[in-house]
Amino acid sequence: MRVELQDIQKIFDQVRANDGISLVLEPGRIYGLLGENGAGKSTLMKILSGYQQPTNGTIRLDGQDTSFSSPSDALCRGIGMLYQDPLDFPALPAVENYQLAYQDNLLLDLKSGAEHLRAYGQRFGFAIDPHAYIDTLTLGERQQAELIRLLSLGAEVLILDEPTTGISAEQKEVLFNTMRHLAHDEQKIIILVSHKLEEVQQLCDEVVVLRQGKLMGTRSMPSPTSELVRLMFGGEIARAQKQLFESGRCVLKMEHVTVRSEDLTIQDISLTIREGEVLGLAGLEGSGQQVLLQACAGLLPSSAGKILLDDATVKGKHSGFYWIARLAPGVFAIVIVWLLIRLFGGHIAGLDFAGGAAISLLISGLIWLIGTILVAWTDQSPYHAFQQRGGAYVPAGRLEEGLIPGLTISEHMALAAPTHTFVVDWEQIRSQTVDRIQRYNIVGQPETLVDGLSGGNQQRAMIAFLNQPLRLLLLEHPTRGLDVTSTNWIWELFQERRREGTAIIFTSADLDELLEQSDRIAVFSGGVMSRILNAGETSVDELGHLIGGQEL
Amino acid sequence: MNDAQIIKIMASIIAQSAPLMLAVTGETITERGGVINLSLDGTMLLSAMTGFVVALQSSLMLQGMGIEGNTLPVLFGFMAAALVGMFAALLVAWGSIKLRQDQVAIGFVLTLLLANMANFLGQNYTSIPGPSVKYMPIPLLKDLPIVGPIFFNHNLAIYLTLLVVGVVWWWTYKTQPGLQLRGVGDRPESAFARGIKVNRLRYIYTAIGGALVGIGGATYSLSIKIGWSDNHILGIGWIALAIVIFGGWHPIRGAFGAILYGATKALATELQKTFPEVPVVLFNSLQWFLMLGVLLLAGSKGLQQLVDVAPKPIQRSLARSLRVAAPQALGKVFTED
Repeated sequence: MRVELQDIQKIFDQVRANDGISLVLEPGRIYGLLGENGAGKSTLMKILSGYQQPTNGTIRLDGQDTSFSSPSDALCRGIGMLYQDPLDFPALPAVENYQLAYQDNLLLDLKSGAEHLRAYGQRFGFAIDPHAYIDTLTLGERQQAELIRLLSLGAEVLILDEPTTGISAEQKEVLFNTMRHLAHDEQKIIILVSHKLEEVQQLCDEVVVLRQGKLMGTRSMPSPTSELVRLMFGGEIARAQKQLFESGRCVLKMEHVTVRSEDLTIQDISLTIREGEVLGLAGLEGSGQQVLLQACAGLLPSSAGKILLDDATVKGKHSGFYWIARLAPGVFAIVIVWLLIRLFGGHIAGLDFAGGAAISLLISGLIWLIGTILVAWTDQSPYHAFQQRGGAYVPAGRLEEGLIPGLTISEHMALAAPTHTFVVDWEQIRSQTVDRIQRYNIVGQPETLVDGLSGGNQQRAMIAFLNQPLRLLLLEHPTRGLDVTSTNWIWELFQERRREGTAIIFTSADLDELLEQSDRIAVFSGGVMSRILNAGETSVDELGHLIGGQEL
Repeated sequence: MNDAQIIKIMASIIAQSAPLMLAVTGETITERGGVINLSLDGTMLLSAMTGFVVALQSSLMLQGMGIEGNTLPVLFGFMAAALVGMFAALLVAWGSIKLRQDQVAIGFVLTLLLANMANFLGQNYTSIPGPSVKYMPIPLLKDLPIVGPIFFNHNLAIYLTLLVVGVVWWWTYKTQPGLQLRGVGDRPESAFARGIKVNRLRYIYTAIGGALVGIGGATYSLSIKIGWSDNHILGIGWIALAIVIFGGWHPIRGAFGAILYGATKALATELQKTFPEVPVVLFNSLQWFLMLGVLLLAGSKGLQQLVDVAPKPIQRSLARSLRVAAPQALGKVFTED
């Protein structure tokens, strides 16, 4: 089957997720669809697999105009999509998962279903136990089960969305071999959606690169990494004069730090950042930049090494209550029992010795309970300590992590205030909010819910909530998804802060932004940090090589 | 206590559990599809009242026309009760699917409303005699030793209840539509991707489940405690909701749960007779402790250990039958985009 996409356009409330993309996909080839997050890859694939209808443009299968009403409609015509999290049923055994909505017979025939599943599995080199429950399978096995299902239903085009995230190296090898077999021997079209350059280079015959919803180009493989990086991130650079910070007070110092997060370990990281310095972190999504930021903020514990903020480690503190609350119940119980024996010979207020002891135990328990609540309330977490010492962390997910949907701007302001009063002084908060809204140019009222703000305004709001002054500012993709004006405006704010002496570490997928805004740049690749480059002496090419995991 | 007495008690446990079994089975398929119908208790009250009143009135009417016999009036009663149950369930489904409101809130308010409605509308029918389901021992089968008197010496409603449990189990686990029902409650987005009309299925199964709950209510007022009085069904709607969870959303296990509940109740009565000096409250609360204990056991790792020590050949089927998995999409609204 030959697939043609012509001038595909998809607009979500004024954002052009796909902007006039035209492609021809030939049978028997493996295509890589490359681009950073938000480049429009998933939108394009959702359109091709029937999940979304394009705003404009046509899809042609073997020269015939087609439109898909639903994903199952698309699969009927031979286009199947494998999601990163496969669309299967965790509560069912593999064979039932395989047979669900497979045919119209009233009665299930699990026996023949299991045979089919086994036979298909053997053909593609997958071994799935038909009776194992889906939720006991690994992600790789679930993918295999889903692939078997798609292929048995006659898929001629297979779209794989980031299939290698979270599967083992062996499973990846099996998957890639099967894909090669399907394309080169069975004349199917395979589309690998990815932002991992090495995988695309390993597997694909041809690569399609998207950036900001537009098709940047198509390249036959092999093609040099730097070329692909240039297409992905953009190339031209206007560079400002860089400062080198060798004197200045040291704000953050990391010495041989190792941090394990759920799916990635960064090892032996050492770096120093001084007052007013900006450090940019480059690398593909999930290569370790975020782990580093979270470790600095005290959100992830480091398993080795030292992180010093202004020459002291960042750690949580027990409150003054802690030892009182822990010891008081025991002391109380001992004293009362001792008193019972000593003063009253075991008799107090009509109770015998056992009754008195029981009551004193009960009261001790109560004291313990109250103490525990007080401790939980007043203890300080490492992140809390980080904030109190003048640190701030602005995560990338605005509504997921940074802001609280359902609260207004002024309610956020009240939460973000450096000191809290028991009863909130809304008058004062409101006037502060009005002030910040003006200064940060936010389109909204103090009573506007944050989820009602546009992306750019949410980003400004998050920055507006930061306290003054700051020692260290950690930013994750501070300008992702913003237009040029908002981006410039936000960077002006950051530059103002660095003149006040705030040190900044930020991550970005935009190499131009990294080169333009930072003084020094560190590149992450698969959890490994490169040597730290001076932004004035490096280039997009060099960064591209480092991002792809090649040391120069 | 002799054997005959024990068999008699067991037969009465089966009979007494019938309304609960129906309600549990109905709610099980509703929840399997991903909808929580929390209005069970109110629905059962209203359908018990409706069932009895419709049967009574239609029997009077038919007598006026010169037609004797209770079969038709009782049938009408059951049909009216099923309609009431279906209507209440559809309200919950509509509120959640169409209006996208919280299912728990709708169900809770509805249960209070329906219960009050039942007491209000039924106030002129309290404590009067009326028609009931005909006692109908099954010839031959009832003479089987032990099994016969326990299972085949009842009225038609009880046999149908047992049949419904079996059919629902067969439908859920042995047929393609049943598999789709399980899929819809587990992960609607996957079901949608395979071309299943998720919300339409949810409406259908919520309605069928509601009808079964309604029939359960009528079984109570036409076969167990015949007639109508204020708060006639004594909270078994709430118990049914608990037993659905205890039964792991499995029709047969749900039915066992209902019977176990009936058994603990019978046990409490017997124990009370044997130890008259112990306060009644203690025995009445015994069944709750038993239920709680079983619930805790079902949720603990003890079951897994039980599977591990079981002989190899039956391990898989044992694990399968003991597996408790709540429908993952339970109570969540699904929109197709």
